[in-house]
Amino acid sequence: MNETIPQAVDGDMAVELSGVNKWYGKFHVLRDINLSVRPGEKIVICGPSGSGKSTMIRCINRLEEHQSGRIVVDGVELTGDLKRIDEVRRDVGMVFQSFNLFPHLTILENCVLAPVWVRKTPRKQAEEQAMKFLTRVRIPEQANKYPGQLSGGQQQRVAIARALCMNPKIMLFDEPTSALDPEMVKEVLDTMVSLAAEGMTMLCVTHEMGFARQVADRVVFMDAGEIVEANAPGEFFANPQHERTRAFLGQILH
Amino acid sequence: MADARSVAYVRTQAAPVLPPPALSDGALGWLRANLFSGPFSAIFTVLAVAFIAWVAPGLIRYLFIDAVWTANDGASCRSPEVGACWAYIGQKLPFFMYGSYPREWVWRVNMTLVVGAALIVWLLAPKAPAKQIGAFLFFVVYPLLGFILLSGWEKIGLPKIDTDVWGGVFVSLLVSAVGIVVSLPGGVLLAMGRRSTLPVVRIASVIFIEFVRGVPLITVLFMANFMLPLFLPENWTPDRLLRPLVGVSLFASAYMAEVVRGGLQAMPKGQFEGAMALGLGYGRLMRLVVLPQALTKVIPGIVNTFIGLFKDTTLVAVVGIYDFLRAVDTARLDPVWAGPNISTTGYIFAALFYFIFCFGMSRYSQYMERSLAKDRLR
Repeated sequence: MNETIPQAVDGDMAVELSGVNKWYGKFHVLRDINLSVRPGEKIVICGPSGSGKSTMIRCINRLEEHQSGRIVVDGVELTGDLKRIDEVRRDVGMVFQSFNLFPHLTILENCVLAPVWVRKTPRKQAEEQAMKFLTRVRIPEQANKYPGQLSGGQQQRVAIARALCMNPKIMLFDEPTSALDPEMVKEVLDTMVSLAAEGMTMLCVTHEMGFARQVADRVVFMDAGEIVEANAPGEFFANPQHERTRAFLGQILH
Repeated sequence: MADARSVAYVRTQAAPVLPPPALSDGALGWLRANLFSGPFSAIFTVLAVAFIAWVAPGLIRYLFIDAVWTANDGASCRSPEVGACWAYIGQKLPFFMYGSYPREWVWRVNMTLVVGAALIVWLLAPKAPAKQIGAFLFFVVYPLLGFILLSGWEKIGLPKIDTDVWGGVFVSLLVSAVGIVVSLPGGVLLAMGRRSTLPVVRIASVIFIEFVRGVPLITVLFMANFMLPLFLPENWTPDRLLRPLVGVSLFASAYMAEVVRGGLQAMPKGQFEGAMALGLGYGRLMRLVVLPQALTKVIPGIVNTFIGLFKDTTLVAVVGIYDFLRAVDTARLDPVWAGPNISTTGYIFAALFYFIFCFGMSRYSQYMERSLAKDRLR
């Protein structure tokens, strides 16, 4: 569909979107999206609200369906095939703006649910692993509480630990700090920074430009359903190429 | 610090802890808060007390003081001065409990009831161990055991007892238990079917739910009674008790489906997405994440349906089943006892029976809601 993406790199890329289009009814939300993410690469996606950022990363684990173009995740192309979709979802962790922890389960149960039922890990081993990740996000002492008893920042760190318990190859973050009080943003971002330092492949929709500068290999700017500009963060912030990028940055950076 | 102390509005000492004023604490405070919190509240309190004072003495006299507790026949209950005839209830109790079930085999019914009650306590008690085993026993082993005990199995020395002679409390409990046990999973399946993306499944569920809900239970019972045999092979005539069991189960399932659907609608989309993003397929997503939450949300509606179902079982009488109420209704015609107080006493007894069961269900559900809410703090 698009000549600039050679087919040969398919297998090497962690995520590959080529010529992706999506409509909600008549509304064209994603317009000819082309994006390749190398293993270990950190991508920050920004743009005004309604620009299709969330929709794009939700297409990567097929929470949203794209209507044309190709999406290949870790060598598996996403089609209507439910088996493949579950295969992709097992290897792609996702963190949501609203945490989406399961309120009827304790923190530890939240973390072991998918490893036990989807990966068939023995419960004991899954619990040990969960405690390891909860320690890493610095809340092992909350393991037996329920999500409703935790602060927003703690809940989001649990959500990250829960995703990590599946040993994902790729992590998607959909505005992970937007629902948090300002003093809790940092604790979540710190967790994400340390995750990035370990070499995780990350696609992150966020307005935290400090985070983008610090960890992103590339910053992607979207507007009105298309990728307007993608560049290394230094270049992106210092020298935006496109008029729309400059307008957007002018509004959020002071 | 020195600056702060010198400012006039900064407290230098902790405020003293004082006891609450007399009118907001203790018995007087309780009275004021609960019974006389405003003019309307005060008027209603006075009216309610007056009503109780008006009704209670007569009721107590009728039910206890003037009541006949022991008698061998209706003679002593016929005098216009006496109250409730409890002796009659005592005498007829076996009939109310078992209908015409042969008296020498009544232990089979008792055993079924006792085992069932024990298993239910095991399942419902909050801290009971090994609930999986309890559930297996109750849902798989117990129905077989109950069937063998109640209807008999010649090979092990239990003569067959036809359902024609079954009756009383135990039939009411049987119909309710079957209805309750079938309607919850049935309702869950129908609710999920109604939300399915597969048109065939969805349309079939909608038609079933709307059709069954759209007709009175009596109609469903008549249909089950007269039409069920038409759908089955000619040589197989369904038992006359089985027919209303099927009817009641279908009817309750349709109602339950809408209650459960309400719970499913109330689930935030994020819960589905969170589970899907972890790679859980539809079955596990429903079983592990969505249903436990959705069903908890609609406990009041579920119990409401159960209570309605429990009382609706009295309608099986129209297709000739001797449930408890029908037994009460028949017994009062016994010429040995017939008298002005007999009907009243019988119906008071029936009302008490239904009230105790329904109130018990209601209290248990409230307790469940509270303990689930306490666990999750939300």
